[in-house]
Amino acid sequence: MIGNNETISLEAIPAVPFERFRQAVIAAVAYGARLSAMPVRPSADNGELTIIAVLSFPENSEIGLLTGALFDRWPSLTPDCAAAHWFEREIAEQWGITPEGHPWLKPIRFEPPRGHAAGCPETAPVGVTDFFSMEGEESHEVAVGPVHAGVIEPGHFRFLCHGETVYHLEISLGYQHRGIERAMIGGPGPRTVHYMETLAGDTTIGHVMAYSHAVEALAGIQVPPRAEVIRVIAAELERMANHIGDLGAMAGDVGFLPTMNYCGRIRGDVLNMTAALCGNRFGRGLIRPAGVEWDLDSELIDDLSARLEAVQKDVIAAVTLMLDTPSVMARFESTGVVSVDTARRIGLVGVAARACGLARDVRFEFPYGLYRLAHLPVNTWHSGDCFGRAQVRWLEVQASIDFIRQRLQELPKGPLSRDLPALKSDALAVSLVEGWRGEICHVAGTDKEGRFAFYKVVDPSFHNWFGLALALRRQQISDFPLCNKSFNLSYCGHDL
Amino acid sequence: MLRTLKTRFQQKYRTMTYPGGPAPELPARFAGRPVLRDDACNADCGACMTVCPTNAIALARERSSVTLDTGRCLFCRACEKACPQGLIRFTRDYSSASPTREGLVIGGGVDHTIQARNEPAAKFFVRSLKLRQVSAGGCNACEADCNVLGTPAWDMGRFGIQFVASPRHADGLLITGPVTVNMRLALEKTYAAVPDPKIVIAVGACAVSGGPFIGHAEQHNGAVSVVPVDLFIPGCPPHPLSILDGILKLLERI
Ligand code: SF4
Ligand code: SF4
Repeated sequence: MIGNNETISLEAIPAVPFERFRQAVIAAVAYGARLSAMPVRPSADNGELTIIAVLSFPENSEIGLLTGALFDRWPSLTPDCAAAHWFEREIAEQWGITPEGHPWLKPIRFEPPRGHAAGCPETAPVGVTDFFSMEGEESHEVAVGPVHAGVIEPGHFRFLCHGETVYHLEISLGYQHRGIERAMIGGPGPRTVHYMETLAGDTTIGHVMAYSHAVEALAGIQVPPRAEVIRVIAAELERMANHIGDLGAMAGDVGFLPTMNYCGRIRGDVLNMTAALCGNRFGRGLIRPAGVEWDLDSELIDDLSARLEAVQKDVIAAVTLMLDTPSVMARFESTGVVSVDTARRIGLVGVAARACGLARDVRFEFPYGLYRLAHLPVNTWHSGDCFGRAQVRWLEVQASIDFIRQRLQELPKGPLSRDLPALKSDALAVSLVEGWRGEICHVAGTDKEGRFAFYKVVDPSFHNWFGLALALRRQQISDFPLCNKSFNLSYCGHDL
Repeated sequence: MLRTLKTRFQQKYRTMTYPGGPAPELPARFAGRPVLRDDACNADCGACMTVCPTNAIALARERSSVTLDTGRCLFCRACEKACPQGLIRFTRDYSSASPTREGLVIGGGVDHTIQARNEPAAKFFVRSLKLRQVSAGGCNACEADCNVLGTPAWDMGRFGIQFVASPRHADGLLITGPVTVNMRLALEKTYAAVPDPKIVIAVGACAVSGGPFIGHAEQHNGAVSVVPVDLFIPGCPPHPLSILDGILKLLERI
């Protein structure tokens, strides 16, 4: 057991035979732990593979680690632990090995296998996989993507419909795969932090923060208090900007144009606040391991506070207008429902989980940085539908505004960064961060020189894409845009 | 209805006057087009080259200065900080697009900067340019800042510029992302589906050169590997103003 942002020597992680590993993970998840990551650690020559389970236990804020040797075939965990579903598909694809009894074994990124010794299968061309199909009168399929109608990222969706009703939605991703995790090996180098900032552009702050925490843990340092405050200001601005944008986009998807237009602009105002901090609307170049790069003076604090006031006024008017409109509510309510039970079983995180009533929030459960000292409410809703997801976003926008306002008034004095010592060798660090979409997990393992031997990124989308597929069941196909926006998952964060 | 009107009134009319009026204000810390001073560079120093994540900086021929390829640049300012002589400086100039790839290279005694212009574009599309956007592996920040151009504040519809749903309704493509191996075919097909005459705009370091992913086997180092490009807009991501400025110049509207 370790805490968030703590390290452990790789040798000290308990290693058990695979069957014990399997049973332990299934039992821990049944008990209430989350499977936050399940990376594979290759031996130096990629010959032997070790699987690592990263289990987060919210009730005592501890992270349990367990390893087992992985063979070419292993008994799948998924039938007994649905949260392992995507992880096992990922491992099978990346290492060319097979979880036996996995109910749904398909590639998730269509990436070439990473050279495991024994007979890796050829990678199928992207999108070529055996999609589910359905037979019968009036049943048909609708395929969209990878190039969609709007300005969004590529992915392929297949709806199995009976008339207008969707029986199942199959999501096939991988179009954005850029090879980031592979390129992390041997780092950190000049490009490493840029990979983290561009892993999912709208979550620049979330991912670079998780990365910085992992590096700081491996270097054994804490950043100065002033830097911690500036970091969370940026993180909450990122949350606000994206939630406001999504509320506007949801309004657009039900044809309520006033709120769509206002929120589109207000989101820009928030991005411009981030740009006032560091010059870049997405927060590029603000956070670096060991500190932050830009400071705030009293003039900038006043400027940001004034902008925050203006944004608050505009966004309250824009969003309440939407939420008070019965025709909008009629479309939001009971659309795209995920039950709390399903959410728990498949391991949903973030906004999507909170909208089902699960109080999952890393800022509260595994506090890090300033969140150890300054708290935000965990906002949940019970309905698990599009309205629930809109409502949670809206509550969070308001909480973030208040939080940022206070932070701007209480900025501690002191330096912005520290020196960064060399990273520990043969060690592993786990860093959990509540990005605006939900739990971000970075797992960094070093080699004997203190360079990354492997680096695993789990974006919240990785847990949640399957949730979107389930939310669509028994919905009208015309509700897809709304459901999709209510989750607003990342393609690039998933594809890496 | 009354409430809707009241809110409308409260939110005000916000469309900017640019390019007729002043450009919207850029943040004080904005990193726009860099300038290089080519005196006093000690070419053996190479501090800027060591820190650059994408090898955007190269020694100029005569070895007394460096060149900076803004098409590869992530505008991270690491080189600006590293140069002991202070020869690299990022200005707040948002205007950075070029119709040629070489036009993005700054320094080395020659200023390659060419105004973005393209006669067919100006001739055919000056009043109406419908673009199909293809995200070919971008991180979504470039996509987001293209989307912004459709919001009321920027309202590029004022110029007849619009994103459309089908390539068959489009006059050209706006490409973001380095063109991943997995997106190549989709991009080729989308390009083929756009009727002639057509133009292609590459937005962001990724689409221009591969950006942060330059050299990775999983991608193709930018849009030119697959389709001819008529306008390159550097940045990671480019500011919406840089994108709009580039497109308006291409159309000879400014
Ligand atoms: S600002 Fe551009 S040229 Fe300078 S180091 Fe960063 S990427 Fe390289
Ligand atoms: S150029 Fe930069 S901002 Fe644009 S898609 Fe690439 S990584 Fe993202």
